[in-house]
Amino acid sequence: MGLLSDPNRRRALISLLTRLNTPICGMPVEWLMKTMQAKGLEVFTQRFSRTLPFPDENKERYMVRGTNVYGILRAPRAPRTEALVLSAPCSPGDNNNQAVGLLLGLAEYFRNQIYWAKDIIFLVNEHDLIGMQAWLEGYHHTNTTGMDWSPLQGRGGSIQAALSLELSSDIITSLDLVLEGLNGQLPNLDLANLFYAFCQKIGVLCTIQGKLQRNDWDSVSGYSHAVQTMMLMVMKQASGRPWGDHGLFLRYHIEAATIKGVNSFRQYKTDATTIGRLLEGMYRKLNNLLERLHQSYFFYLMPSLSHFVSIGYYMPAFGLLAVILLLRALDLWVQLSTPPQRTEDGVTDIEPVRGTHFKTVADLLSLLTPLVISHLTGVALYMLPIRFQEMAVEHFPVSETEAVVLTAIAVYTAGLALPHNTHRLLSGEGTEQGWRVLKLVAVLYLAVLLGCTALINFSLGFILALTLVPVAAFVTPHVPKVLSAFILVILSPACTLLFSVFFFQELQEMPISFQDGWLLFLSVISQGILDHSLYGSLVYPLITLLVYPCWLLFWNILFWN
Amino acid sequence: MAAPLTLLLLVAVTVRAALFRSSLSELISERVEVVSPLTAWKRVIEGLALLDLGVSPYSGDVFHETPLTIYLFHFLVDYAEVTFMVSVAGSSVVVTYLILFQFRKQKFALEADRYPLDCLELIRSPKEMYYIPLKVAMFYLLNPFTILSCVAKSTCGLNNAIIALFILSTIKGNVLLSAIFLSLATYQSIYPLTLCAPALLYLMQRQYIPVNFRRASFWWFIVQYAFMYLGSLFVIICLSFFLLGSWDYLPSVYGFILSVPDLTPNIGLFWYFFAEMFEHFRLFFLCVFQINVFFYTIPLSIKLKEHPVFLIFMQLAVISIFKSYPTVGDISLYMAFLPVWSHLHRFLRNIFLVSCVLLACSALFPVLWHLWIYAGSANSNFYYAITLLFNVAQILLVSDYFYAFLRREHHLTYGLYLKRKDGSEATLVLK
Repeated sequence: MGLLSDPNRRRALISLLTRLNTPICGMPVEWLMKTMQAKGLEVFTQRFSRTLPFPDENKERYMVRGTNVYGILRAPRAPRTEALVLSAPCSPGDNNNQAVGLLLGLAEYFRNQIYWAKDIIFLVNEHDLIGMQAWLEGYHHTNTTGMDWSPLQGRGGSIQAALSLELSSDIITSLDLVLEGLNGQLPNLDLANLFYAFCQKIGVLCTIQGKLQRNDWDSVSGYSHAVQTMMLMVMKQASGRPWGDHGLFLRYHIEAATIKGVNSFRQYKTDATTIGRLLEGMYRKLNNLLERLHQSYFFYLMPSLSHFVSIGYYMPAFGLLAVILLLRALDLWVQLSTPPQRTEDGVTDIEPVRGTHFKTVADLLSLLTPLVISHLTGVALYMLPIRFQEMAVEHFPVSETEAVVLTAIAVYTAGLALPHNTHRLLSGEGTEQGWRVLKLVAVLYLAVLLGCTALINFSLGFILALTLVPVAAFVTPHVPKVLSAFILVILSPACTLLFSVFFFQELQEMPISFQDGWLLFLSVISQGILDHSLYGSLVYPLITLLVYPCWLLFWNILFWN
Repeated sequence: MAAPLTLLLLVAVTVRAALFRSSLSELISERVEVVSPLTAWKRVIEGLALLDLGVSPYSGDVFHETPLTIYLFHFLVDYAEVTFMVSVAGSSVVVTYLILFQFRKQKFALEADRYPLDCLELIRSPKEMYYIPLKVAMFYLLNPFTILSCVAKSTCGLNNAIIALFILSTIKGNVLLSAIFLSLATYQSIYPLTLCAPALLYLMQRQYIPVNFRRASFWWFIVQYAFMYLGSLFVIICLSFFLLGSWDYLPSVYGFILSVPDLTPNIGLFWYFFAEMFEHFRLFFLCVFQINVFFYTIPLSIKLKEHPVFLIFMQLAVISIFKSYPTVGDISLYMAFLPVWSHLHRFLRNIFLVSCVLLACSALFPVLWHLWIYAGSANSNFYYAITLLFNVAQILLVSDYFYAFLRREHHLTYGLYLKRKDGSEATLVLK
């Protein structure tokens, strides 16, 4: 017995799906409410509205106004303390027209079963992530992003797990699992294993990162395929954006994943009823949970759906990179502690100075000035693009989005040319001790920063470590200036982002030309800024307020003399 | 000295005022590293509200401040931010003044005769001691821990001010004021009781009373000081009783500090142990942990009986590390005194490791808290690991300074460049 073994139900589902095959402009709120009520759910709506800081050119929206519709299926004999969520984003056009139909079909089937111990909330959210953020904030009574939403009239208890569906056709060939959430947070590995187990039981092809796993692990091509899949996951996690509607649930300690149906050119095709059986199985498993999913890993990387790399394997790699910085710091400390030559320090002949004694105000200033200026530049990079977009649009023939992105790039490049230090004005040339002290501070700062980043979002921390650590360890005022300046700029956060964009496209086997890549890079920057103000993603403030000033300190050390 | 100090005060007040007005102040006043159940401003407001309603502020087990503090804030609640800034500025000025005062007393020439010739480089000249009071003020005012503690309006700032006044009155030699401030500090939290010993040693040294158990003058001085101390403590406790009309505050304040019922995570060592302990053993471990704070007084006093100022520093550090609800405000108090012993830098062995670990742990506290409480990916073990590492680094710092101090004393007595009996160079090994 499974879903839709009854022919009546099968017919009802097919009729629903064909009705939904028409493109949706806006969301049919009344129709959804009526249908859900007819299936016996308690239906509620939530209105929300939000003005983005600048127009989003990818999704073509600026002032967003929408309604979420959700129906709660109450568990027949259980107290209403826990809930599960099944959501389908309702976007205009053909993007996701089948998922809502499947959701409604499942709602009708679930309604007639007696084994539900948790409430099931069927959520149809408008404007995908923005609607989901409004719903979650309303459900949990928080307001972290400044969105305007109406309070929720009906609730279902604490949510234990959630799944988000994206189906764009009723015949699919494989199911893709998307795990990466906001700020690189991942759901418990148990959820991914559950999905994979059910796919194998039902006999549906399942993929991760859009790639099917291969059986030949020992061969070079098999290994490189696995590495490519894992690098795709690293790139997606490092971007810090939620790659499906599930990404916003993770912040509230709710394990969630997105299941995307893919219709490509394969021999064996499955229909919506099989997907329905798969989802029914998964929900029955989640229904039986006595506690939240926490037994398996929260930090992992997946080269394929049946293999994972846990934190115990990948953290030592990062640890070794951080040790480079610590050893360099120790080396600088030892260099600073050896007593200076008597000829240099003729003033204090009585006792040799150990450690860093700031005997004059100029010494302290030569350390503080680059720190203050770098951080002020970082603050400017964080605040100026959005603040000055109106002024930029008045004076230049660009749209608001372009103004924001180009201001960001302008401030970034201008930071390179700033006079970072006053010692050139004061004494004409910086002391040998001065740059060593600054480098010690900068190296320790970078080590602590990268450590904290890697703990929260490992991929971002690792990519930053790979690009910044070698440069940070080797830069001194005495290396050849032009070559080092070139390498320092190539490995700066912005250029790393540019190369990552091209690399990401290569990994997805959709290589693009340089112009398209540059446009994609600009849109990635604008998406990063939008993610920060819409959902609270930390990548943009981290890079502008902490990583960029740290990089500027090394730029300053290079041009010390 | 006055002009740089004023400039420093201006900078410190500006930074704090800027942070008070920003959105970060609410975030900071909720951080468990900065406020504890004893010092949180939220609880002070709750106690004041209960007092206004006519109910005892100690009902409900929320408020754990002393009655004198409630009445102080009863009048000053609208000026709370100014009060805390004044207390912080005041304690830094007090500390600066007391160090200036102490240094003026040291006679350079008198000391130089007592020591072997090659140790001249170990003795500080007045020229380099000139900037130390300013550095102490800078270390206290611009320490991020102090700034965080002040912006969170934690009453730790008041406690630090009282301890600073106590140290000032001890150094100036005023026995009565020293006893009064010490009793105030003990009344606020029990642990400054251990500062009795260094105060006694310093005052006796100042009045040229030899520290000898067989001399009557020694015992007579102790009786005098104990009388003044216990007398003022008795007066303050009775005053608190009359202010509130009941003895409710004794179990709420002192019972709370000693029996540690609230196990909110903080940067101390108590919470994790007591969260996982069986009830059967709780009293035993409570006694062990509390005795740990008081235990080091007698051995340290015996060893450092000629150097009571360093003993005050060590004692403050021991209290800050081992007390039941430490916060970063307590740590900033003893760290403010580190520049006073800048001449020990050449003998410090672990300063780089300690500073790196302290810096990394301070950055990792909020990260692991987020991962534990919000993301759910970590658990309390991670946070306690960072707490342990932080406390181990502090203990290493304090013991390193102790080692450096003793080594300098050793060199002052036996010479800096040691030679064995046959004239070859010797090395000093600590067994």
